[in-house]
Amino acid sequence: MTDDHAATSEPMIQLLTPEGERLRPDGHDWLLDDDALRATYRDLVLVRRLDVEATALQRQGELGLWAPLLGQEAAQVGSARAMAPQDHAFPTYREHGVAWCRGVDPLRLLRLFRGTDGGAWDPAEHHLHLYTIVIGAQVLHATGYAMGVQRDGAVGTGDPARDAAVLAYFGDGASSQGDVSEAFVFAGVANAPVVFFCQNNQFAISVPPERQTRLPLYRRAAGFGFPGVRVDGNDVVAVHSVTSAALDRARRGEGPTLVEAYTYRMGAHTTSDDPTRYRTHADVEQWRERDPILRVRRYLERSGSGDPAFLAGVEAEADALAERLRAEVRALPDPPPSAIFDHVHHAPHAQVDADRAWFEQYQAGFEPEEVRR
Amino acid sequence: MTAVSLAKALNTGLRRALEADPKVLVMGEDVGRLGGVFRVTDGLQKDFGDDRVIDTPLAESGIVGTAIGLALRGYRPIVEIQFDGFVYPAFDQLVSQLAKMTYRSAGLLRVPVVVRIPFGGGIGAVEHHSESPEAYFAHTAGLRVVACADPADACTTIQQVARGDDPVIFLEPKRRYWDRADVDDAVLDGSLVREGRAPDPYLARIVRPGTDATLAAYGPTVRTALDAADAAAADGRSLEVVDLRGLSPLDLHTLVGSVTRTRRLVVVHEAPVFLGMGAEIAAAVTERCFYHLEAPVQRVGGFHTPYPAARLEEHYLPDVDRVLDAVDRALAF
Repeated sequence: MTDDHAATSEPMIQLLTPEGERLRPDGHDWLLDDDALRATYRDLVLVRRLDVEATALQRQGELGLWAPLLGQEAAQVGSARAMAPQDHAFPTYREHGVAWCRGVDPLRLLRLFRGTDGGAWDPAEHHLHLYTIVIGAQVLHATGYAMGVQRDGAVGTGDPARDAAVLAYFGDGASSQGDVSEAFVFAGVANAPVVFFCQNNQFAISVPPERQTRLPLYRRAAGFGFPGVRVDGNDVVAVHSVTSAALDRARRGEGPTLVEAYTYRMGAHTTSDDPTRYRTHADVEQWRERDPILRVRRYLERSGSGDPAFLAGVEAEADALAERLRAEVRALPDPPPSAIFDHVHHAPHAQVDADRAWFEQYQAGFEPEEVRR
Repeated sequence: MTAVSLAKALNTGLRRALEADPKVLVMGEDVGRLGGVFRVTDGLQKDFGDDRVIDTPLAESGIVGTAIGLALRGYRPIVEIQFDGFVYPAFDQLVSQLAKMTYRSAGLLRVPVVVRIPFGGGIGAVEHHSESPEAYFAHTAGLRVVACADPADACTTIQQVARGDDPVIFLEPKRRYWDRADVDDAVLDGSLVREGRAPDPYLARIVRPGTDATLAAYGPTVRTALDAADAAAADGRSLEVVDLRGLSPLDLHTLVGSVTRTRRLVVVHEAPVFLGMGAEIAAAVTERCFYHLEAPVQRVGGFHTPYPAARLEEHYLPDVDRVLDAVDRALAF
């Protein structure tokens, strides 16, 4: 495996081993009690199911594309569950687990990938910005948002309901983008309350991290003047612990942190990708042993807090979610053609209005049965 | 009335915008302590603090990208790009992020970012300091693009766009920064804009009425067109000059009204003629005025070359003679 050297020679925080055993590293607290861990397990299972279901829906032609998160459930659920309600996250296009934890109906995500609309949930309601497709662009938005949080006086007051932080998601590939380095510069200079959360899933489509960086990504933070840390991205307890600490630090006004969640994209880059061209079956199998859900299940079973009835209940819930999503996606109507012209600007714009008027007149010129909806 | 330079008029307009709304920010390279390389933001940091008038790191994509984030948090950043040729590192943030944020959020998000760009040549600068990038932005749906031409217009328009909910590319004619003109006190004290008495900033205005041909210009070439109209008047020709102001939206109504009367149109800009604003204007006016036109629409502008070295720019930039040459061609038809 290409990453073994990096994985074993660099310090990486882990609280729950792949075998489901609890570790007690100094300085990193296990913050999830049994109830919270059960709820986290439920999130992991449901998120994986919605992801698998979406991949299937794409294969059936119901979605134009899907970007699977398979293998990254712990990195996403663990980090998103570390957020306070008033914290704000800026996702890439693969953060389905984050969206889930922020209360976004998965149908919204499917609308985006089906192409019925931009997938717009209300970012203010969920404290989650929209997906960003251009790699790394959102990391600057997160940094600017955090600069706004500072100006609102919502940092370092000590009021846990007021102090807020921003969580910026990006990947190992994005780390090469200028926008990400610029975000590090701006955040460092401003001491902005932002946590840079890099899911190193080992692939920028096909290209491995050693083609993006000469040194482990988390160590890059030192050059920008803030701490960086690598966490086992498949260990939801460790991700939650490390991200919680980084968000707390940001809310206290102590500035940014770079968290590198070391994980593995088990699925394709998107449903248009063919990973067999750039990695072996053995690579994937090795990571399957580090599965992010299995280790939680093992722990729950061993500790007795995950009894068979609970585990079966979660599975039944996942089945129901998949069934609902299947039905609702298939029932989604195409938007009316005139929706093309909606919301280009807030204020009226003569050119958009003229294009709309022309199009409506053009449409009206057809016999009723010829009009496409 | 007070005589002020265009740069000072913009400075006053920015001051009024900062006073009017505590969410308004000014950010860019050297805008704070230095007051901007053209002094347009002179004194603003001293009076409004470095939290609101921000000397940013030297990274244009970072400036626009963080401005978007600030806008998403409820702020109203007015960004300065130091020179036209330095806007390109921010191109993705402008055309893919800023321009589309409203659309892809189905109107749920507001990103009221104003991007000020000193544009155009004529100051003897080194390369990348004299460009006219307006067509890139006018071509991009989701951005509003407006150019100011004189001190009163500049002071009014910057105050207006700072109050809107849409992203705006605000083009400043850098070789006219030092031009002085009388400005109404109601413009300078902000009352005209505050009370909603200023005209729509995207509407064109007839800055000189005439009968024989229309000159359409914006930004720095409005002055050129007015000078050409003066020279033509000495030859007994009456030229109407239209300052387009808005490039997106483009006020075709005013322009078509003018051309319907004068029957001839010459479009003047510094940007290359090929696929420049004049190309769209020529097509749009021809579609609407085909039976009124006595001559094909003439375009006067830069050449399909990179902006030349400073010692050559007087030959590159459209001047009074090039405008009058085009007027001659239009009138000869």
